[in-house]
Amino acid sequence: MTKVQLSRIACARSGDKGEGSNVGVIARSDAAYAFLKERLTADVVKQHMRAINFGGVKRYEADNLRALNFILLDSLGGGGSASLKTDAQGKTHGLAVLRLELDVPQSVLDATPNA
Amino acid sequence: MQKKEFVRIANGQGFWGDSILGPVRLVNEGPLDYLTLDYLAEVTMSILQKQRSRDPRKGYATDFVAMIDRILPKIVEKNVKVIANAGGVNPLACKDAVLAVLKKHGVTGVKVAVIEGDDVLGRLDELAAKGEVLANMDTGAPLATIRDRVTSANVYIGAFPVAEALAQGAQIVIAGRLTDPGLVLGPLVHEFGWKEGQWDLLAAGTMAGHIVECGAQCTGGNYTDWKSVPDLARVGYPIVECKADGTFTVTKHEGTGGLVNVSTVSHQLVYEMGDPQNYITPDCIADFTSIRLKQDGKDRVHCSGVKGKPATPTYKVSASYEDGFKALGQLTISGPDALAKAKLCAEIVWKRLESDGFHYAPEERLVEFVGANVCHAGIDVAGGGEPSEVVLRMGVKGPDEAKVDRFGMELVPLVTSGPPGVTGFAGGRPKAAEIISYWPALVKKELVSTKVSVFGS
Repeated sequence: MTKVQLSRIACARSGDKGEGSNVGVIARSDAAYAFLKERLTADVVKQHMRAINFGGVKRYEADNLRALNFILLDSLGGGGSASLKTDAQGKTHGLAVLRLELDVPQSVLDATPNA
Repeated sequence: MQKKEFVRIANGQGFWGDSILGPVRLVNEGPLDYLTLDYLAEVTMSILQKQRSRDPRKGYATDFVAMIDRILPKIVEKNVKVIANAGGVNPLACKDAVLAVLKKHGVTGVKVAVIEGDDVLGRLDELAAKGEVLANMDTGAPLATIRDRVTSANVYIGAFPVAEALAQGAQIVIAGRLTDPGLVLGPLVHEFGWKEGQWDLLAAGTMAGHIVECGAQCTGGNYTDWKSVPDLARVGYPIVECKADGTFTVTKHEGTGGLVNVSTVSHQLVYEMGDPQNYITPDCIADFTSIRLKQDGKDRVHCSGVKGKPATPTYKVSASYEDGFKALGQLTISGPDALAKAKLCAEIVWKRLESDGFHYAPEERLVEFVGANVCHAGIDVAGGGEPSEVVLRMGVKGPDEAKVDRFGMELVPLVTSGPPGVTGFAGGRPKAAEIISYWPALVKKELVSTKVSVFGS
């Protein structure tokens, strides 16, 4: 096991979805996807984003894209024009999730090319 | 008409405010059949409605007209068809402005189509009388609770009226609240004769539309591995080459900057995706878990396998309403001790306001120290430490305009009555601005009809 940031084995993109944000996490390899499907649960993301998101987290899977899609239900300070926050659209939430530190097996790292 | 082997559809505008170079370069730098442009966000409709109430000739995306003025000779020469939801809440006025541009260029024989029927602001009471509650999809509250504050209400319409306009020979199609994917699906329905019931095909066209709808976001823009993207300054805007069988290839013009690979396309697929198995549009439900992506040469991604499900019996309504006021302002605080001084400044502002009888509840106020990890709050950021300077950003909101304005008067005084090193104040006092909130709802499809009209130059 090696401690790495999620960005080592995944990419992400985020944007707004009502009063919450939509964070898509895309694994960089099949091995990384299998690992993340197991390890990157809605609870893990909720805990990591607890100072940004004050609602629940829903997770969807898209195996064909090696993607996990997270909805952070209350992460925009009201959303739309009601928000006072700098990142009122959650544009940076994907990169925030990619800062998550994970213990990743060497086999997964070996099978996952660097960016 | 001989059916083409494939149709090239580009997106040159991901949102109102996107670069005019997108569409200009698309029509100049390579082959193209259709140019689609997206101008509308939820709140945009409300702004346009306000403009129209002041001047009946306004209420549409004026940028679109300026863009047509610039690309008209090229689209006429190459016979590129243009489809845009630039009509906002006044597509007929948008059409008049476009016809004036055609006249200015001495262009004749170009047909301009207008799609109407999406604007239901004037029909809200009629819809209520017909039993439509227009309940908020997030909260369940009926529209009646905010009826007197509604500033716009539009139905998201789909691809079929676009196909109808093209069938009538239109070269420029102007719509109001047409969905972003519908801009691309419309020409495919027209070219290939796709019908309601052919859900896989409609879903394929919808996904092609979704991939390109944010402009350069699928060609290297906003991409995690940004260091690997060549020449973003000259980024190529996306093109889908679509076939009658629903397969398509995402690409960009040769020689342009940016990058198209399985990863850049996947990035855009997950953008605002929600539930991947149920991406609902007026035309169908697309299943994002069905698409197969394959690299097919440099800057080419082949897409196949898309599955769809029947369209729902409802249209989504996007309404907006007045929801109070907000004011935001910022100051720059230099070091030494930038963060400590910024914190003191914020404390001073709230204390002074409170001493004058103005209290703002925690949910009605915000303080950010930009430069000291605002975006990724609570997450351990490597390299964090004392910033050499921070931007103090403060704001309040609430139903009382005067109270929101009062806040704005206490920010600037910090320059002379706060700690040293406070600067960067420009643009006057923060002023109360209206908050326009969004109200998503559903309405039965049979209660809404669209109308296509074609005008000649």
